[in-house]
Amino acid sequence: MPRCWEWLDRTRTAREHSRCLTTRPPFKPRTRTIDASPDKTPWIEIRDLHFARGDRKIFDGLNITIPQGQVTAIMGPSGTGKTTLLRLIGGQLRPDHGQVLVEGRDVHRLSRRELYRLRRRMGMLFQSGALLTDLNVFDNVAFPIRENTRLPEPLVRNLVLMKLEAVGLRGAVSLMPSELSGGMARRVALARAIALDPLLMMYDEPFTGLDPITMGVIVSLIRRLNDALGMTSIVVSHDVAEAGSIADWVYLISEGRVVDAGPPEQLRREASDWSRQFLEGLPDGPVPFHYPAPDYLDDLMGGDTR
Amino acid sequence: MGPFQRLGRSALGVLERLGRGHLFLLRTLLAMGTLVRRPGLLLREIYSVGVLSLLIIAVSGLFVGMVLGYQGYITLVDFGAAEALGTVVALSLVRELGPVVTALLFAGRAGSALTAEIGLMKATEQLSSMEMMAVDPYKRVIAPRFLAGVISLPLLAAIFSAVGVAGGYFIGVGVLGVDAGAYWSQMQASVDFHEDVMNGVIKSMVFGVVAAWIAVFEGYDATPTSEGVSRATTRTVVHTALAILALDFILTGLMFGDI
Ligand SMILES: Nc1ncnc2c1ncn2[C@@H]1O[C@H](COP(=O)(O)OP(=O)(O)OP(=O)(O)O)[C@@H](O)[C@H]1O
Ligand SMILES: [Mg+2]
Repeated sequence: MPRCWEWLDRTRTAREHSRCLTTRPPFKPRTRTIDASPDKTPWIEIRDLHFARGDRKIFDGLNITIPQGQVTAIMGPSGTGKTTLLRLIGGQLRPDHGQVLVEGRDVHRLSRRELYRLRRRMGMLFQSGALLTDLNVFDNVAFPIRENTRLPEPLVRNLVLMKLEAVGLRGAVSLMPSELSGGMARRVALARAIALDPLLMMYDEPFTGLDPITMGVIVSLIRRLNDALGMTSIVVSHDVAEAGSIADWVYLISEGRVVDAGPPEQLRREASDWSRQFLEGLPDGPVPFHYPAPDYLDDLMGGDTR
Repeated sequence: MGPFQRLGRSALGVLERLGRGHLFLLRTLLAMGTLVRRPGLLLREIYSVGVLSLLIIAVSGLFVGMVLGYQGYITLVDFGAAEALGTVVALSLVRELGPVVTALLFAGRAGSALTAEIGLMKATEQLSSMEMMAVDPYKRVIAPRFLAGVISLPLLAAIFSAVGVAGGYFIGVGVLGVDAGAYWSQMQASVDFHEDVMNGVIKSMVFGVVAAWIAVFEGYDATPTSEGVSRATTRTVVHTALAILALDFILTGLMFGDI
C-alpha cells in the first residue's frame, strides 16, 4: 500500500491525493474470528512489565501483544496507567523490570539516536493535545514535517492542508492554539500526530471532548488511517462504545495487569464479572471506583491525622 | 526525623540538584551542534532574550551613569580633581557596574522569562510531545535559549557601560560644568584595554553562562505545575543574583588581586 506522500511524489494533484484520506468508502465494522491472542504478526510485545511511581505499583507483570496493521484498544479505569503505558512504549519512561519490544527490539536498550529514529515512525496523540503554544495551527502541524524531513515548502503546505482537511480544520490554519476550543485543539493535535504518516499511531483518549458529529468523523478517521495507510494503532480509552466499535482487539487492564482480552464482540458476550462491570458501567462490582484510600469513616472522623 | 537527618537529607538534595544541573549543562553543550546548521533558531532567541532587553538595559545604564556623574563629582571636587570624573565613571562602569548590574537586570528581565517559558512548556507537555515527534528538546528549545543568553549578556553589558559613560558626560559636562576635553582625555589616558575593558568583558561572559544556565535549568527542572513554575521563576532570579555577586567577588579577587 503506497503511503500518501509517495502518491504525491508521483505528481498527482493534491485533490487526488487527499482522496486517500477523505473519500474512502465509509468504514464497515469487520467481523472476524480471532482466538485467544491476536494471530497477526506482533508489532509490539510487552513482556512482564513492572513499573512503579514511588511506592505505588502501576504495572505488575503486564503482558500485551499489539498486532501489526490492526487497531488495538486498551481500556481500563482512570488512573490504571494507560497514559503511562504509552509513555513506556514511546521510550519516555523506563520500566523497572520487563521489556517493551517494538519490531523485536527492546525500546529501552536503544541508543538515543536509534530511539529518535524509531519515534519518527511513531505518532502520539496526547491526552491534553500538547500543541506548541507559540506556533499557529499551520506551523504546529508542519512542525514534525519540517523538523524531520527536508521536503520543499510547497509540499509541506500541501501535506499540512491535507491533514487539516481530514480533521475538518483546514479553515483554522492561521489560528493560535489559545484561540481553539478543547475539541479543536485535540483535532489539530491529531492532524499533527499523523503528519508524517507514522507506522504506529498511539491515541490517548481520542474521543474525550468531542461533539457527536466530530466523534463519528474521528472514529472513522482512525479506522481509515489504519486501513488505508497500513498503520498499527493503539487506542487508549475508557469510552467503551466508541473504542469497541473500531478496535480489532481489546485489552482491559486494571491494577497493573491485563484482566481480559479479546475481540470486542467476544468480550461483550462472554466477559468476566470484572469486564462486565467495566463495559456496562455498573458502579458496584469487583472494580474499585476509588483511588486507594484509608478507611472513609476514619478519614472523616479525623482518626488518623497526617 | 532528627535535625542531623534533616540536614543530611537536604544536603543530599542540594548535591543531587547540582549534579543534575551539570549533566543538564553537558547535554545542552552537546546539543549545540544543531545551531550551526540552523542559525535561525538562535537568532530568534537572541531577539527575544537580548533585543527585547535593550530598553531596560539602556535606561538603567543611563541612570546609573548619571548618578555616578553626581557622586563622582561630589567626591572629586573636594580634591580639586573634577577633570578625573571621566575616569571614575568609566572605570566603575566597565569593571564593576556594567557586568554586575546588567547580569542582575538580565536575570529579572530575560532569565525569569526563559524559566517560565520552558517550565510552562514542560507543564503543558509540549516538551514531551516534541520528544515523541522525534525532536530533541535540548536541540530545539534549550540550546538556542542558552546560547542566546550567553551571547546577549556581554553585549548588553557593553551597551550598559557605553550608555552609562554618556549619562556621566551629560551630568558632569552638561550640568556640572566639567571640561568636556578633560572628561574624555582623562578617560582615554587611564582606562586600560587589557586591565579594565577585557576583564569586564570576561566577567560578563562568565555571568552570561551562569545566568543563562540557571534560567534554562530551572525551567527544565521545574515541577510541572503552575505553582512549580512560579517557584522556579523566583529561584532563577534569587539564585542568579546570589551566584553573580559571589562570582563577582571571586573574579575581582583573581583579576585585580595582583595589582
Ligand atoms: N508524574 C507522575 N508522578 C507520580 N505519579 C504519577 C505521575 N503521573 C501519573 N502518576 C500516577 O500514575 C497512575 C497512572 O497514571 P496515568 O496517567 O497513566 O493514568 P491513566 O490510566 O492514563 O488515567 P486516565 O484514564 O484518567 O487518563 C495514576 O495513579 C497517577 O497517580
Ligand atoms: Mg491518561
